[in-house]
Amino acid sequence: MDNSHTTAKPRPPKRPNAPTTVTGAQALVRSLEELGVEVVFGIPGGAILPAYDPMMDSTRVRHVLVRHEQGAGHAATGYAQATGEVGVCMATSGPGATNLVTPLADAYMDSVPVVAITGQVATSLIGTDGFQEADIHGVTMPITKHGYLVQEAADIPRVLAEAFHIASTGRPGPVLVDIPKDLLQAETVFDWPPRVELPGYRPTTQPHGKQIRQAAELLAAARRPVLYVGGGVLKAGACAELAALAEASGAPVTTTLMARGAFPDTHPQHVGMPGMHGSVPAVYALQRADLIVALGARFDDRVTGRIDTFALDAQIVHVDIDPAEIGKNRQADVPIVGDAKAAIARLTEAYDADADSSRMDTWWSELNDLGERFPLGFDKHDDGSLEPQHVIERIGAHGGGDAVYVTGVGQHQMWASQFIKYDKPYSFLNSGGLGTMGYAVPAAMGAKFGKPDTTVWAIDGDGCFQMTNQELATCALEGIPIKVAVINNGNLGMVRQWQTLFYNRRYSNTSLGTHGTRVPDFVKLAEALGCVGLRCESHADVDATLDKAMAINDRPVVVDFIVGPDAMVWPMVPAGVSNDEILSARGIRPIFDAEEC
Amino acid sequence: MSHKRTLAVLVENKPGVLSRVTALFSRRGFNIDSLAVGETEQPGISRITIVVDAAAHPLEQVTKQLNKLINVLKIVELDPESSVGRQLLLVKVRADAATRSQVVEAAGLFRAKVVDVTTDTVTIEATGGAGKIEAFLQVIEPFGIAELAQSGQVGLGRGAKSMTSMARNRSN
Repeated sequence: MDNSHTTAKPRPPKRPNAPTTVTGAQALVRSLEELGVEVVFGIPGGAILPAYDPMMDSTRVRHVLVRHEQGAGHAATGYAQATGEVGVCMATSGPGATNLVTPLADAYMDSVPVVAITGQVATSLIGTDGFQEADIHGVTMPITKHGYLVQEAADIPRVLAEAFHIASTGRPGPVLVDIPKDLLQAETVFDWPPRVELPGYRPTTQPHGKQIRQAAELLAAARRPVLYVGGGVLKAGACAELAALAEASGAPVTTTLMARGAFPDTHPQHVGMPGMHGSVPAVYALQRADLIVALGARFDDRVTGRIDTFALDAQIVHVDIDPAEIGKNRQADVPIVGDAKAAIARLTEAYDADADSSRMDTWWSELNDLGERFPLGFDKHDDGSLEPQHVIERIGAHGGGDAVYVTGVGQHQMWASQFIKYDKPYSFLNSGGLGTMGYAVPAAMGAKFGKPDTTVWAIDGDGCFQMTNQELATCALEGIPIKVAVINNGNLGMVRQWQTLFYNRRYSNTSLGTHGTRVPDFVKLAEALGCVGLRCESHADVDATLDKAMAINDRPVVVDFIVGPDAMVWPMVPAGVSNDEILSARGIRPIFDAEEC
Repeated sequence: MSHKRTLAVLVENKPGVLSRVTALFSRRGFNIDSLAVGETEQPGISRITIVVDAAAHPLEQVTKQLNKLINVLKIVELDPESSVGRQLLLVKVRADAATRSQVVEAAGLFRAKVVDVTTDTVTIEATGGAGKIEAFLQVIEPFGIAELAQSGQVGLGRGAKSMTSMARNRSN
């Protein structure tokens, strides 16, 4: 150490984040910067207005001005699902905030890390039914992982740090931060990092060794095992670990709607998606298993069918980071609370590599036989109209394995899960738990923002598309060139399918008129919103139209695919019945019990 | 057989905590029989005592969901065998000169206190477990109850252990 410069006055080292006097709004924007936020989707309004002033000067946080707050919420969700980062949306008080309710419920059901920041009326007006006042903290309590109504301007950095921590750790989920306008305007001190103290929040991440060993022993002995993979595996980034466990054990793998892409569709051990519209071998694998190893999955009713008839001979190993999921719908024989990445890696380590794989020979021959006899497929339309399944299959072929596919909810969603091969994680985004029509366009916008060099296809229905297509204006103006395929069957297709099957073909209120009248004309609508609009009505044009759409990268593209209205999603397990009643096609029921005789 | 179960829930004293806790019960289909909230010996930590009828649903799922609430620190089910539960009753009983002494005598038998008297009524304060309070109400009911207010039950486990210190030191 050099002590010669004794004359120099000792100065405190200049900290990059030395406490500085700022407004609450500046504290908010600086907190977002410190948290590494690159984009906020939102719309300004009275109560949140102070936050938009410093936002304008931020060089690190970009704000994308959406057309409806629901779009902001789904965009944040799509961004989070595509990148693994926390998605952020922002809205003003009252109606701005209540428009976030649907995307928050959506993110909650699908465990997506989202932070919603809302302006609130000034503290002095809270409780007076002030203009644009809504108790959004109260409203969103049952549909968020946590929520804050900020009490003091000085708390803003701490609350945001906590919100991001809670949203992104443990079982991820949405967190709401509601900030009264006067706190955004108040003067406060910004000191980063804030002290985060969450004594009641300590997610268990490390699985219990004894339970891991027990599970590994069951798996090594099982003659009819199946790995039932849910969205938790994607959230945990545990796909490599899953592949290792699958290959070590040789067990069949089924990936739920939330886990498509977590295990390659082209892998020979992948038996397809389970559930209401799952593949016959996947439904059979669960239903007739002697051991189900559930990995970050929650035994949702769309997977199990009638729960009291579900997988009656199976023992259950249930791995989940959320202790409340274990035993909620199906009792677990071996409960394992922990992070899927750690748990799956430990399971593979503990698995007896010498276990005789021939014990599963009969099991595999049954599954392979079912796969051959009941492959996913569809009938050609007699009237020459386009089969929606064919269109979707071609979109997958043109988009390729590196693209991200985002869907709405309904028939097109199921077909997109069935007829596109997902070999990479985070390549299929959809609204699985809440089933939110209108999810596709804004979520695709968020995904494309997060992965600008990746092709992002929104595969939407004509019903869903009419709920949120205004965000195409956002995409056009903000330089977010997504591609949208409207699978236009002129109807609310899935509802119509149920009317066909269960309501004696009485088509009450399911025709949208987008076929006969072309109201709206989706090509003109696309053009009006600053996109390229294309239309495809015949088999001959499908590939050429997709080539054209793939070649446009400077603007969003919308393709109106006019498809036949009568196509149905198969296989199907009708709601509320046993998985044994699966229909592989109309009137065709594989008899599971006969297989065993 | 009674399906009454008592949960003691330690929570951070933050805005909205009580709403979150009670909303969870109603969402999962539980009826709350009684509820009491108060501060503890630890600053910033409140204790919620909840008595529920758990006949229809297993309590385990709601306990797990409660544990997920960020501001919930610890949950303990108070076993009636190894805990003390008390509630407070204030009751205004009709009592004139002819019946007043009988009412006061009944209160005395239950170690209840008379806290206010008018020409027509006597107001009595009683504390005790749910069984004692019910028995006392049965005895005074024939005189005529003009008004009645009850607190939720509060409870502590017997023995030297403290739930608050366990919450501080918990490792999971």
